[in-house]
Amino acid sequence: MNLFRSKTGAAAELQPDAELDTELKQALVDFRQSVHAWSKAEYRGDAELNRPRSMRVATHSRWRPALAWALGCMVIAGGVSGGIYDHHRIVVERQQAAARIAHERQLAAQQKAQEDESLLANVDSDVSRSVPAAMEPLAQLMDDNGTN
Amino acid sequence: MEAVNLRDMRASTKVMAAGTLVEPIAAQTAEQLSAQEFARVVDTHRQQIFRFLLASTRDIDLAETLTQECFLKAHRNWSHFRGDSTAMTWLMRIAINLQKDHWRNRRMQFWRHTRTNAVDVDEASDWLPSGERSAEQKLLAREQVGRVWKAVEGLSERQRTVFLLRFVEEQELSEIASATGLSEGTVKAHLSRALGKVRAEMGGKR
Repeated sequence: MNLFRSKTGAAAELQPDAELDTELKQALVDFRQSVHAWSKAEYRGDAELNRPRSMRVATHSRWRPALAWALGCMVIAGGVSGGIYDHHRIVVERQQAAARIAHERQLAAQQKAQEDESLLANVDSDVSRSVPAAMEPLAQLMDDNGTN
Repeated sequence: MEAVNLRDMRASTKVMAAGTLVEPIAAQTAEQLSAQEFARVVDTHRQQIFRFLLASTRDIDLAETLTQECFLKAHRNWSHFRGDSTAMTWLMRIAINLQKDHWRNRRMQFWRHTRTNAVDVDEASDWLPSGERSAEQKLLAREQVGRVWKAVEGLSERQRTVFLLRFVEEQELSEIASATGLSEGTVKAHLSRALGKVRAEMGGKR
């Protein structure tokens, strides 16, 4: 039978790519003959079909589902433990950040207190220096009273 | 291709069944005739159905099982077969649907049933008719058949069915359309794409 009859339209699907088409045509004929030969060899008649047949069963058919379940469980366990670890990491990071902020605030407060103290000291010294010269004897007198 | 149109056969049976009015024939005889018809259909077409299923699945046991299921289903529905198409087309339609159902169930049962007995492409291409060829020609033919198998493996389910019906079973486009339930245009399109892939596989490895 000609596989590339124009009547059926099969020929229209094959472009006139001469060299390849010849090869393709031959390959398809070989393929058909191969399938026919294989089928003929494997085909069993009524008598053979009625008797019990040995079934080829792959040896991994039992453990493969178990392996699949084990892998599935591992993935789930990994996901859950990963989630827990991630959550724990976030909590620790938050605590550390809060402690760092508190420490920074404390340092800032201490620094501010120091600055205030030094400012007051400067003010005191400035005020003490600004006593007018006319008041010096009076100040001297107050010092004398205080010490005596 | 050998195909039996049962329209005539069934008509003759009716005539014979109608003959009960003239010659009293037991109802059992009509059933026996029907059973004989079916047995003849089985004898005529079983090998071809098996071949198509074998080429589709590359699994000998599965092809045998599906062939038996096909004829069991055909036997159950034998009384509904009106002879609109040939028996071969009708049986092929059943076989295609069974094959489709099998792959669909297989996809659903992935976790439960992962084994396969499908023959390897290289093993399938070992089968070559022993013609008058030199050893070199046989080797070349084997290689080319292997490439076609590889291309067929990569086809979609529908493309593969159409390709096998056309180039292995040598069916006409109208027969393929009838068996697959597709229009002839769609069959042509699938065939064209399938051939394109086979050509690419052949061309890419030259």
